[in-house]
Amino acid sequence: MSFTIATSLDEALASIAAGARPIAGGSDLVVGARQGKFDLPAELVAIDRIESLATIDVGADETSIGSGVTHSRLMEDGVIVDNFTAIADAAALVGSPSTRNVGTIGGNVMNSSPAMDTGAPLVVLGAEAELTTSSGRRRVGLDELWTGPGQHSAAADELCTALLLPNRPANSGSAYVRLEYRRAMEIAVVGAAAAITLDGDNIDSIRVALTAVAPTIIEVAGLDSLVGRPLDDASLAEIAEAASGQATPISDLRASDAYRRHTIGVMARRAAEAAARRASGETIAVPVNRALGIGAAS
Amino acid sequence: MSDKHAIQLTVNGVPYDVTVDQSQNLSGALRNGTGLTGTKEGCDDCECGACMVLLDGSPVNSCSYLAVQAQGRDITTVEGLADGDDLHPLQRNILEHGGVQCGFCTPGMLMSARALLDRNPNPSNEEIRIGLSGNLCRCTGYARILEAVEATAVELG
Ligand SMILES: Cc1cc2nc3c(=O)[nH]c(=O)nc-3n(C[C@H](O)[C@H](O)[C@H](O)COP(=O)(O)OP(=O)(O)OC[C@H]3O[C@@H](n4cnc5c(N)ncnc54)[C@H](O)[C@@H]3O)c2cc1C
Ligand code: FES
Ligand code: FES
Repeated sequence: MSFTIATSLDEALASIAAGARPIAGGSDLVVGARQGKFDLPAELVAIDRIESLATIDVGADETSIGSGVTHSRLMEDGVIVDNFTAIADAAALVGSPSTRNVGTIGGNVMNSSPAMDTGAPLVVLGAEAELTTSSGRRRVGLDELWTGPGQHSAAADELCTALLLPNRPANSGSAYVRLEYRRAMEIAVVGAAAAITLDGDNIDSIRVALTAVAPTIIEVAGLDSLVGRPLDDASLAEIAEAASGQATPISDLRASDAYRRHTIGVMARRAAEAAARRASGETIAVPVNRALGIGAAS
Repeated sequence: MSDKHAIQLTVNGVPYDVTVDQSQNLSGALRNGTGLTGTKEGCDDCECGACMVLLDGSPVNSCSYLAVQAQGRDITTVEGLADGDDLHPLQRNILEHGGVQCGFCTPGMLMSARALLDRNPNPSNEEIRIGLSGNLCRCTGYARILEAVEATAVELG
């Protein structure tokens, strides 16, 4: 049994190399252990006091979001709200204020739930995870990182130190929309993120990714045919059809597979519409769910 | 190696030495280790907010937070609100507006409301609802609690 509070990255990496499991906010790890889903790891290293993990750095080509940045910060940070808005939309929907205070983007990513809210936004924004050990670091695409529900390909001694996002070109916008039955303390029934760059009225690039309809977050394939076209009713119908067609949802107590398959198309279309509105310069407050009136009145 | 950790928790500005298991939640350490029983445990599953305390001024569900991880942080519990016999305006207003029935949710509500008003002294009704969205109350129907927070904002404003 050991519990260390690391104050530097090197200290954390040394503990992890010696077999300790990182704990950031503990909002998955402690809650899951108390629910009896797994035993609390005997060796733990708290990484929530490492200042270098709690930074958002804008570089010439890419922006680095430290793995220790909390959802509370993501939903209000100017860099995220202005440039990577879908992440702010997602962070603002997580749990309640207290969940958002402790919960981190690194914990969300490494917990690897197919219902995680920051996942689809990160995918459409082209994020890679930076994984660090005491002997080096590498970058890995999120499609390679997530291998199944609650499973990832990182080694036990790799700490996720940051999420790296290419800076957005001009005329870009993104949005994350989540189907929820109430406005707080929810888990996505389904969710969709879209990132769009416009060239005049036409689509210059578009990516859409889906939450809670497959064993991992998935990106919708085959949207290249939309490039050079406007985001009109025909394009939106194609997006909805592709999303519903590529989803492989399960039935559980929250929703049936058929309901999820239908609503993921609706959410994908709404995310794309909101992303395009933001790309054309319109401000839609975070989270976009509120502007769209999703979820019962609070 | 032993599962026991001798730690110090700083609660409402006062240091307490407690010995806890590694898996001990903060709410239990507060209630049993420091004798401060104002913090309640409702669901013990991060859902109801009865256990809300402030860590360095921000609300945290203490039922689902490891006591060992709270070392070195400033913990504020409901006992830290009043100034001697003078109730904090939030406490006075929640009583005067009838926002307390069984009272089990009240400490958590007060801590979430305190954190909200510290950050946003003039919240809208919607912002108060969001600020209290991690706190369940099965008695009052919430309206009177919202009124009490609104009245406090006006009073302190
Ligand atoms: C009441 C409640 C509501 C919630 N609502 C939502 C919601 O709406 N949407 C949502 O997506 N999630 C939700 N969650 C889940 C959780 O809050 C988030 O996934 C959060 O981002 C996890 O972050 P954390 O820092 O608390 O992770 P922790 O619990 O500390 O860690 C989670 C896992 O990741 C590992 N880990 C943490 N950081 C790193 C790192 N840097 N490198 C490598 N591994 C790491 C840990 O070892 C552990 O396995 C909710 C949880 C609760 C309790
Ligand atoms: S007792 Fe902690 S949230 Fe219910
Ligand atoms: S007063 Fe009884 S739960 Fe709120």
